[in-house]
Amino acid sequence: MIRISDLSVSIHGRAVLHDVDLELAPGQVTGLVGESGSGKSMTALAIMGLLPRGAALSGQIELDGHNLTDLPEVEYCAIRGQRIGMIFQEPMSALNPLMTIGDQVAEALILRQDMPREKALEAARDRLDRVGLAAPRFPLTLYPHELSGGQRQRVAIAIAIAQRPDLLIADEPTTALDVTTQARILDLLVGLVRDEGMALLLITHDLAVVAGVADQVAVMQEGRIVEAAPARTLFQRQSHPYTRQLFAASRHQPPQVDHQATAPLLQVQDAVREYTLPRPAPLQPHPVLRAVDGVSLTIAEGESVGLIGESGCGKSTLTRAVLGLEPLQQGRVLLDGAEVRAGRAMPAEMRARMQVVFQDPFGSFDPRWRVERLVAEPFHLTGRPRNWRERVAEALAEVGIDPHAMRRYIHEFSGGQRQRIAIARALIIRPRLIVLDEAVSALDVRVRAQVLDLLARLRKDHGLAYLFISHDLSVVRQITDRVLIMDKGKVVESGLTSVVMATPRHPTTRRLIEATPQIPADWLPDQITDSSSPLGIGPATS
Amino acid sequence: MRWSLILGATLAGLALIAAALSWVWTPYDVTQMAIADKLKPPSAAHWLGTDHFGRDILSMIMVGARTSIAVAVVAVGIGMGIGVPLGLIAAANRGSWLDEIIMRGNDLVFAFPSLVIAILITAALGPSAVNAIIAIGIFNIPVFARVTRAGAMPLWTLDYIRAAEVAGKRATRISVEHILPNIANLLIVQGTIQFSLGILAEAGLSYVGLGAQPPTPSWGRMLAEAQTMVTLAPHVAIIPGLAIIITVLGLNLLGDGLRDALDPRLREGR
Repeated sequence: MIRISDLSVSIHGRAVLHDVDLELAPGQVTGLVGESGSGKSMTALAIMGLLPRGAALSGQIELDGHNLTDLPEVEYCAIRGQRIGMIFQEPMSALNPLMTIGDQVAEALILRQDMPREKALEAARDRLDRVGLAAPRFPLTLYPHELSGGQRQRVAIAIAIAQRPDLLIADEPTTALDVTTQARILDLLVGLVRDEGMALLLITHDLAVVAGVADQVAVMQEGRIVEAAPARTLFQRQSHPYTRQLFAASRHQPPQVDHQATAPLLQVQDAVREYTLPRPAPLQPHPVLRAVDGVSLTIAEGESVGLIGESGCGKSTLTRAVLGLEPLQQGRVLLDGAEVRAGRAMPAEMRARMQVVFQDPFGSFDPRWRVERLVAEPFHLTGRPRNWRERVAEALAEVGIDPHAMRRYIHEFSGGQRQRIAIARALIIRPRLIVLDEAVSALDVRVRAQVLDLLARLRKDHGLAYLFISHDLSVVRQITDRVLIMDKGKVVESGLTSVVMATPRHPTTRRLIEATPQIPADWLPDQITDSSSPLGIGPATS
Repeated sequence: MRWSLILGATLAGLALIAAALSWVWTPYDVTQMAIADKLKPPSAAHWLGTDHFGRDILSMIMVGARTSIAVAVVAVGIGMGIGVPLGLIAAANRGSWLDEIIMRGNDLVFAFPSLVIAILITAALGPSAVNAIIAIGIFNIPVFARVTRAGAMPLWTLDYIRAAEVAGKRATRISVEHILPNIANLLIVQGTIQFSLGILAEAGLSYVGLGAQPPTPSWGRMLAEAQTMVTLAPHVAIIPGLAIIITVLGLNLLGDGLRDALDPRLREGR
């Protein structure tokens, strides 16, 4: 039993946590929900005794009645792993690439419990079986690179539960995974809590994730827990205005844009893209991976089309081919009837009709350029007009960024602002098609609602067509007219978004829809108010 | 660590000031011999003493600093001027035959023991400061090509490079506009390290008589000439040795300090 009371943390004098109270009971899942920067991860680090340098802590963290906060580091080391385990967001970097998975799970047992190696490996086998990596297919001698993202996260969980801790902290454990993998990992975590009587602290920004699994939910804002209640109660009756804003944003529906059938803008015809893989053994032929296997699709002028699939289904490869960044082996891509070719063969005037917005708001901009130069970069295609600064200011104003920000560097902006700037960059040369590659996946719910509204408005004002690529059905549902489901390089189902979502025919589609976390319909409060603004300006009271 | 930057800059600055000052003023003329005053220990008249021809050692150290720094600057310049573009080309064409040719060519140059080749070059073209520069410069090329390629490769996978491609920019333009500014700090740090190695290499070549020729003073040759008299007048050997050590140490500390100051990954230093 872990009891946190009056926990306050400040870093270099700046307060980041204020009077946090939490109780983590055995066999219970506690969801800790909040936006980025709200102090969720800092709470986890405080419990683990891993606060960064310069942090000052006050209050109590009690484990079975013993206060942990004034333990010396040596004794805290014994608590970490043995009593408290933790798993992180990024399964790629949480494992040591040079150690086998068996050794990584056994490591703590050998170190902490003085187990002989053979016995520790036996225990590791048992733990890996428990997380669903069973013996014949997943021997202990595998290395992390031989596993998929979801499997790696399972190994990370096996390490965290190797010593059967009392508390497991999972910090955004599924954010880097696609929906179907997310659903399986969440099932596994909940199963572990029930079977082994652990307490689980599940940190996430996604309300729908906690709705499915948490027994109680705490909502964090600016270092404070503003509301905490049993999950069902909280979902039905949100007493704090901030909680209400979060809920409104997660259910937010951007304005619908009417779309009349018009001439096709983009046509993809029987596209095939293959990669040669390294030889499995010397003198054997190179195996071939068919990343895109005979895909056809059409986007009309002003139409918004969704492309959905799990990671590795070929949607990113297809996107690069559409943008003329990668050649196709067979088939072709037509834009306004003219063929899209990769590299130099594609005329600038044609490239100027398509632009792109990427997923990662942090990697999308050169950190050494000012905003005005970043936004003006696509002018390379059209020639920079004399009034380019005015055009940049106009584009920034259109996405709701103060044009005075032009002279600043990108690190001065938040994730949501960066994504707006990315949209401004895509808009500046007035393209007709914008490819949105997981463009809102990395954003918090309230910011996501704003960006979706913005996209809907821009589409209405400029007659833009969107190709919206995502693994998240709930977002695609909100913003697209038609949808295509991809699996293993092929389009397995397509149709009007509302029809496909309501009556999925292909097993892949069904799997994706089932896996999407949803707040149960009967949990929702009756009075869904649109007055609670997702923009979060002022508390919305009913 | 902030102190390594300050200490390094101070020590390297000392050599730089000595070299700059030697253009306008030295305590004595370095070509002027005074056999009567030979091998004098440090005194008020000759702060660092005199050598076996009675020349003032402080003056020779100052002019020698000029030689060392000039050789190292030009050698690093050659290495950067050729190596960085090669590295950028290799990274822009990663995985292609061009990349292979450039990098395997680098390996070839790396595989030769650098000083031996330098001796070969100076032996073929005759010993002089210019030939020493060429020899040292050639061996800086693969170093910069590798550092550039290694720094540029991860950048090519980033979305802002993709965005520049969507904006129709060619690889050359992307390399100059986006890649180069983002690996500049890597190159500056490597530059200071190569600079100190250049000074060492020049001293080594001069020591075996293949660098700057008399009467131009050079730290390496001062050491070589002093070694037979080391029991008689140790300061004649110790002082140029110290000059080399202080300068190289200073540059290495400066390189380390710059890396810490410029690399955001190390800035927080947990």
